[in-house]
Amino acid sequence: MLNAALFYFFAALAVVSAIAMVTRRNIVHAAVFLITALLATAGIFLQLQAQFLFVVQIILYVGGIMVLFIFVIMLVNLDVSLHLVQFNRQRFVAGVLAVILGVQVLGAFWVGRGSLKLGAARAMEPKNTEAVGQALFQQYMLPFEIASILLLVAMIGAVVMAKRRV
Amino acid sequence: MNYLNSPFFHTYVLPVLYGAIIVAVLPLLAGYIVLVERKVMADMQARLGPMRVGPHGLLQPIADALKLLIKEDIIPEKADRFLFWMAPVLSVGMALLAYAAIPFGPVFQVADLNVGLLFILAISSLGIYGIVLGGWASNSHYSLLGALRSAAQLVSYETAAGLGIVSALVWAGSLSMKAIVQAQYDRGIWFIAYVPVGFFIYLVGSIAETNRAPFDLPEAESELVAGYMTEYSGFRWALYFLGEYANMVVVAAVATTLFLGGWLRPFVRYHDHFPGTSIELLDILPTLLFLGAAAYCLRLTPRQPVKIQKMVMAAVAGLCVILAGVMLAALFAPPGVMAGIHGAFWFLAKVGAYIYAFLWFRFTFPRYRFDQLMRLGWRFLIPLALINVIGAATAIVLSEQWGLHPLPAALITSAATLGVAVWLASDGAKAPTTTAETAGGGD
Repeated sequence: MLNAALFYFFAALAVVSAIAMVTRRNIVHAAVFLITALLATAGIFLQLQAQFLFVVQIILYVGGIMVLFIFVIMLVNLDVSLHLVQFNRQRFVAGVLAVILGVQVLGAFWVGRGSLKLGAARAMEPKNTEAVGQALFQQYMLPFEIASILLLVAMIGAVVMAKRRV
Repeated sequence: MNYLNSPFFHTYVLPVLYGAIIVAVLPLLAGYIVLVERKVMADMQARLGPMRVGPHGLLQPIADALKLLIKEDIIPEKADRFLFWMAPVLSVGMALLAYAAIPFGPVFQVADLNVGLLFILAISSLGIYGIVLGGWASNSHYSLLGALRSAAQLVSYETAAGLGIVSALVWAGSLSMKAIVQAQYDRGIWFIAYVPVGFFIYLVGSIAETNRAPFDLPEAESELVAGYMTEYSGFRWALYFLGEYANMVVVAAVATTLFLGGWLRPFVRYHDHFPGTSIELLDILPTLLFLGAAAYCLRLTPRQPVKIQKMVMAAVAGLCVILAGVMLAALFAPPGVMAGIHGAFWFLAKVGAYIYAFLWFRFTFPRYRFDQLMRLGWRFLIPLALINVIGAATAIVLSEQWGLHPLPAALITSAATLGVAVWLASDGAKAPTTTAETAGGGD
C-alpha cells in the first residue's frame, strides 16, 4: 500500500516535471524541473530497494552533470533566449509523427501487457552495492572497459578541440 | 519498559526524536561555532573579540540571531522571486538532511543506511544548488560571478575529495557509517594511520567544498562584495549562514567517521580494568578532561576584572564539573547508555578538533587566486588522489595476500605516494604562473 503510494507519487512527480521542463520558457526554470524529474527517478529507484542506484543517480546526474548544465546556461545570454520563438509550427508533420509514436507506444504496451501488473517489491537485499560491483567487474567486465575507453576518448577529444583554439 | 524495547519504538519513535533533537540543536550550535570562530580569530590577532553581550561575549550568538530575524527582508525588484525564495531553504534543507546518516556515537544515529556515506555525499552535493540558483536569481553580477565560481570550485574539488574517501573505503570495506567505525575498531587503529595522504586530500577538498578560506572565492569580499549572498538580507541571509556552518559540521563528521575513528576513544583495544571493577582505565579520560577544564576556569576566576565576570567564570567551571559528573556517572550506567554518552563525547570532540583546524587555516593562509585554485585542484590534488587510491589498493594486496602487517604495508605505500606528491609539487612550481590562463568563467 505504502509502496504503491510512493511509486505513484514519484512517478507523477517525474512526469509532471518532465512536461514542465519542456514547456518552460525560462531556461533556468527548465533546468530546475529537469533536476526535479531526475530526483523523482531516484526516488523510484529507492522505492525498488535499489539503494546504490538511488545514490549514484543523485551524485552523478543531479550533483554532477546538472551542475555543469546550469554552469553553462548561466554563461549564455538569457535575455536573448527569452525572446526567441522556441517552437517550429509544423503542425501537419508533428501530428503525423505523434500518431506514429502513439501507435508504437500502444503496441509496446499491448505486447508486454502481461508484465504490467505491479508485483510486490523484492525483499531487501542488503548487499546491493557489492552485487552491482561484482556484476560490473566480473560478468560485464568487457562492456565496462569498452565504455570507459569510449569516455576516455571523448575526454581527450574535448581537450584537443578546446586546446586548438587557445 | 516493554514499550521501550518494541520494534515500533526503535524504527519510528527514536529516529524522529533524534531528528528533532538535531534540527533543534543545530542552529544554536552554528551560532556558537561563529562565536568560537570570532574568539579564535581575535586570539590569533591579539585582540579580545566579542566582549559586550554577556560575559566574554557568551550571549553574542543569541543577539545576532535576534538582530537577523527582525531585519528588513529585501527582495530585488528584478529577482526571480520563486528561486530567490527557494535557494536559501534548499541550502539549509540539504545540509540538515545529510545529518540523517551521521552516527554521533553507537546509539545516537537517525538511520544506519547501507549506503550511508554515499548518501551523505549525494545530499551535500545538492547543497550547491542553493548557492548557484540563489546567485542566479538575485539578478546581480556579483552574485552570478560568485555562483559560477562556486560551481566550478565544487565540481573540481568534489572529485579529489571523493577519491580521498575511496582510499579509506578500501580499508573499511563498507559504505555504512557504523560498519566503517566497526572496521577501525576491529583493526584497532584509525584509518588516518593507513591513509594519511587520503586524509590530507579530504581535508583540503572539504575546505574547498564548504567555501571556507583560503578557498572562499565564491564570497571573496574584496572582489565580489559577498558573492552569491550579496542581495540577501535578514533571515534569508541567516539561512545561508546556517547552511554553511551545518555543512562544515557534516564534512567534519564524515572525516571523523572515516579517518579519525568515529566515536571510538583513543587506544580502543587497551582493555585493562580498575582492580575489582568492570570499568576500563581509559574510560575515565572524559571525566579527567572536564575536571581539568574546570580547574583551569577556577584558576582564571580571581583574575577577572569585574564581579559579574568572576561569577560567570565560576559558573562555567561549575558546568564543567557537572559534565565531568555525567561522564563519571555514565561509567556506572548499563553498557548501552555508557557507550552512547561516551561515544557522543569522543565524536563531538573530534568534530570540534576538525572544525578548529578549519578556523586555524582561515586565519593562517591568504586567499588563493582563481587560477591558482584551479591548478591546485586539477594538477596536484586529483593526480595525487588517483595515485593514493592505487597505493591504498597495493597496501591491501601486500597485507592480505603477501602476509605483511597492514601498518608497514600502508606506511610503505604512503611514503611512495608522498614521493609522487613532492614530484608533482615541484613540477607544478615550474609551470608558468600567469593570470592569463584563468580557468572557468569566474573572471
